[in-house]
Amino acid sequence: MIEQLLIGLALLLGLAGGYLLARSRRRRSERPDAVHQILLPFTGTEISRRAVDAALRLARAEGATLMPAYLATVPKQLPLECAIPNEAAKAMPMLEAIEQRATAQGVPVDARVERGRSYRHALARLLEGESFDRVVVPATADGRTGLSGEDLVWLLGKAPAEVLILRPGPEDDRVLTAASNGAGRH
Amino acid sequence: MAELSTSSETSPRGGHRRGHYKIFLGMAAGVGKTYRMLQEGHAEADAGRDVVIGYLEPHERQDTIDQARGLEVVPRRRVPRRDTVVEEMDLSAVLERAPELALIDELAHTNPPSLGHDKRYEDIGGVLEAGIDVFSTVNVQHLESLNDQVAELTGVRVRETVPDSVLGSADEVVLIDLTPEALIARLRAGKIYPGENIDAALNNFFRIENLAALREVSLRQVAEDVESKRLVFSQTGRVGTRDERVSAEVPKAVGERLLALIRPHPSSQRLVRRAWRSAQRLGTDLDLLWVKPPGEPIQGEVEQQVTVLRQLASVLGATLLIEEHDDMVAAVARIVRERGSTYIMVGESLPRRGIARLREPLPQRLMRATPPGVDVRIVAHRGLRQDEK
Repeated sequence: MIEQLLIGLALLLGLAGGYLLARSRRRRSERPDAVHQILLPFTGTEISRRAVDAALRLARAEGATLMPAYLATVPKQLPLECAIPNEAAKAMPMLEAIEQRATAQGVPVDARVERGRSYRHALARLLEGESFDRVVVPATADGRTGLSGEDLVWLLGKAPAEVLILRPGPEDDRVLTAASNGAGRH
Repeated sequence: MAELSTSSETSPRGGHRRGHYKIFLGMAAGVGKTYRMLQEGHAEADAGRDVVIGYLEPHERQDTIDQARGLEVVPRRRVPRRDTVVEEMDLSAVLERAPELALIDELAHTNPPSLGHDKRYEDIGGVLEAGIDVFSTVNVQHLESLNDQVAELTGVRVRETVPDSVLGSADEVVLIDLTPEALIARLRAGKIYPGENIDAALNNFFRIENLAALREVSLRQVAEDVESKRLVFSQTGRVGTRDERVSAEVPKAVGERLLALIRPHPSSQRLVRRAWRSAQRLGTDLDLLWVKPPGEPIQGEVEQQVTVLRQLASVLGATLLIEEHDDMVAAVARIVRERGSTYIMVGESLPRRGIARLREPLPQRLMRATPPGVDVRIVAHRGLRQDEK
């Protein structure tokens, strides 16, 4: 009799434990911080390593998702929503390289490619369509990012989030490229 | 003859017309590139054009030497190299002779240091700039981007490489195709190398598996070249010349079509990127398919991810398909038949738990349900290599 009671109790405890575990997992996945996003806009075929690593450090510390966003320009004679294979050929390996780096550090990634008539236009469309908590922008003196000083000032005024503009030190010319991260071929 | 003249572009420098550039591409030595170049040179000469041989490398092949007869040859330039003297193309003499068409063999050749240009394709650039049409030849393993791939396939690495842009800059690329069996038969017959070298060639580079792989690479290269030119015209809206318009209007020669199975989740973007790059290499179209469980609402996070995937598809020129079905394999099989897909790309499955472990894995079920000849490829999750962290 006592044995049967104990078995029944153990079963009950097991079921209750399973239910609580499932509920906590569901809650964890529904936590509001799961939607936290850190935007990392960039252009071209390289991005400052410092900016990528800073964005990844922030994302990891805050449990956020990194949103690398390639800004592509579309010539005026073409529709804004047209396919852009030449730009895509630059964007895809770069997004792959950033994602590999993020994955290695356990940071989830949700990438974007945004088109515009200019980099600022693409950025404006991105700000309009996406929600995020921080923006990390690499700034270089030689304009390698494709975003001018004026664009950055514009971003500071328009972005509905904290903006971090990262200037590499004078000796810091490390960049992340598709080739340097082994994403150039597959 | 007239077509060659009208299809050339205007040189940005000096306002004169740039020469028309035609490259005969082959998978290996001995397929007949030089022979075909000479044949076409004769045809142009017979049609009344002023044709010269700027440089010919017959490799002591009698057929090639015979084919060159009757065409004027610009004398070679003798250049000292280390302890010997080598004969090279005389660029100045070709420019001075100023023919309408110059036949210049082996564009990947490296010049001796004492010559003005490092590479022969740079000499050819000078000839074209002078408004002279050029026919030239190259093997596929000399292309820079394919050098690693070819070395991996064949175990043989060539040192003389040329940038892919050289092929891209050609107005015409003609693939000289030959089956591996036919090429080996020519080799055995002594038509490529002298008798004492035949066995060594057969045991090394000229193995049937090497040649088959090189042939595939060459065919793809030309297919991609056709497709990239088609894209340029479709994107720029430029009218183009007659040859260019014909090239843009011909139906796609390679009947491949990729289908990537996705779901509305950020991880699917990686699969889409890989699938697109494969589609680019194959010069083919890409379809993205999400088989949505019946009744599942598209809202919230799912809706957002569908929007992201739709936008990505639009950027890449891919087609996003959403099919509502409770049997994913059946839905995929139907789409494969409807769209004529030849490749299916799937992401890695999540770890299977419980009773799901007893079920046959998705790739196997897809292989059984789809028509024969459809490849299924699993795209692995590729993290950063250990040494790059």
